[in-house]
Amino acid sequence: MTGASAAAALLMGIPGTARADDTPVRPLAPYVVTADAINEPLAGQRGDPARGQVLLSERHRSLCILCHALPSGAAPLQGTLAPSLAGIGARLSEGQIRLRIVDMKRLNPSSIMPAYYSLYSGARTAPAWQDKPVLEAAEIEHLVAYLVTLKE
Amino acid sequence: MPGPAARLIVLTGVTGLLIVLTSHASTDDISPGERRSGRDFMAPETQAIQADDTANPGMLWVLQGAGLWTQKAGPADQSCASCHGAAQASMRGVAARYPALDAATGKPIDLTGRIAQCRSERQGGTALPRDGDELLALTTFVAHQSRGMPIAPPDDARLTPFRDAGRQIFTTRMGQLDLACASCHDDNWNQRLAGSAVTQAHPTGYPLYRLEWQGIGSLQRRLRNCMIGVRAEPFATGSDDFIALELYLMQRAAGMEMETPGIRP
Ligand code: HEC
Ligand code: HEC
Repeated sequence: MTGASAAAALLMGIPGTARADDTPVRPLAPYVVTADAINEPLAGQRGDPARGQVLLSERHRSLCILCHALPSGAAPLQGTLAPSLAGIGARLSEGQIRLRIVDMKRLNPSSIMPAYYSLYSGARTAPAWQDKPVLEAAEIEHLVAYLVTLKE
Repeated sequence: MPGPAARLIVLTGVTGLLIVLTSHASTDDISPGERRSGRDFMAPETQAIQADDTANPGMLWVLQGAGLWTQKAGPADQSCASCHGAAQASMRGVAARYPALDAATGKPIDLTGRIAQCRSERQGGTALPRDGDELLALTTFVAHQSRGMPIAPPDDARLTPFRDAGRQIFTTRMGQLDLACASCHDDNWNQRLAGSAVTQAHPTGYPLYRLEWQGIGSLQRRLRNCMIGVRAEPFATGSDDFIALELYLMQRAAGMEMETPGIRP
């Protein structure tokens, strides 16, 4: 194999997002985007702010605090990759917050924020994460219910 | 919304070369004057551990490697030293120029791969597992002989397509979280991911001792962790993809100082 074709062959591994098994893909609940917002709750079900608060700080599940600071968090452990979520409920409407969690890339295609309610993912997604959104509709509603309460 | 096909288009060009178009992170390279080792992002106390050989736990693997260097093995009953003599002289600068082209295969091979190859083909010993303690110790010992020297990737045009492949991997968004290495390490190296400094991902200190691992680990172990972090399927240990990535990282860090064994949080 020549150097060039060997290197080209390496790249074959990159779009390796083929599904590992034949489990049917569960469709996402449909939603309507109006301007820069999703005004109706996903799957028509509002969330619980207390559960949203807990989920927000679960860094291995919601991941939010890897990038965002929270008003309550200890400064040295806060992420600085994204704007602080302090006062987010005063800056953005409920529907605007919902769209930003569901699919930030609709507003900024080069954003580093993952689209949380989408079946799109990058190359080589590990089998355990294929064909599922980062968070379920109900979980996103818990987060939205909590974030709207952060007024300052 | 664009689907995966729109964001990652693979074309086979007339030359037979694969051309991959991706919506990758902005690929603004870090300017040479701005380059900083992961060491510079650490707390002063952690930097002090790395600087003091009597406190640096990585030195235990250097010592173990020094022992293995002179230990005879295999049907040939030869040690590394039987062929190479004192590592302090013969191995000085070697790690700083790996991965290098392996003439037999026409493909790059990394330092660990070369040591494993010497072991099984020249000594005729039993193959050492890639992330096992012995091969890690030998790699640490050999890389340590280049400590303080500038990273000096070979100027060999045959490596260019592999470096390009490594760069392509570095700038491709991967995993369920859809992030490229470059999203963090080129575009956001001065930020923190929760409590961790993101850093510029320079491979200066490997193999290195991570306080979190409580042990020494290879560069590929670090890369595997970052891939798992974005929820991507990591490349296989020792695979051509990982070696291409290592090759690109060494090129990106050309001229920076080797630190093996480094310490990282
Ligand atoms: C990998 C980084 C990352 C993660 C993880 C992340 N975000 Fe973001 N987020 C960003 C960035 C960067 C922005 C800034 C907007 C942009 O990218 O254009 C942002 C913007 C936002 C905004 C709008 C902020 C404003 O002031 O306009 C909200 C709301 C938000 N994120 C909520 C969340 C929630 C809730 C989570 C977890 C479920 C989360 N983010 C996880 C990176 C991240
Ligand atoms: C979401 C952010 C993020 C992405 C994406 C990411 N990394 Fe990292 N990387 C980190 C962080 C944070 C560290 C610091 C280690 C720690 O404390 O966990 C790190 C450490 C490293 C280091 C060690 C540097 C040192 O000084 O020892 C290397 C090398 C590296 N990454 C390479 C890569 C490569 C190659 C990719 C893509 C396959 C990648 N990273 C993807 C966040 C990321």
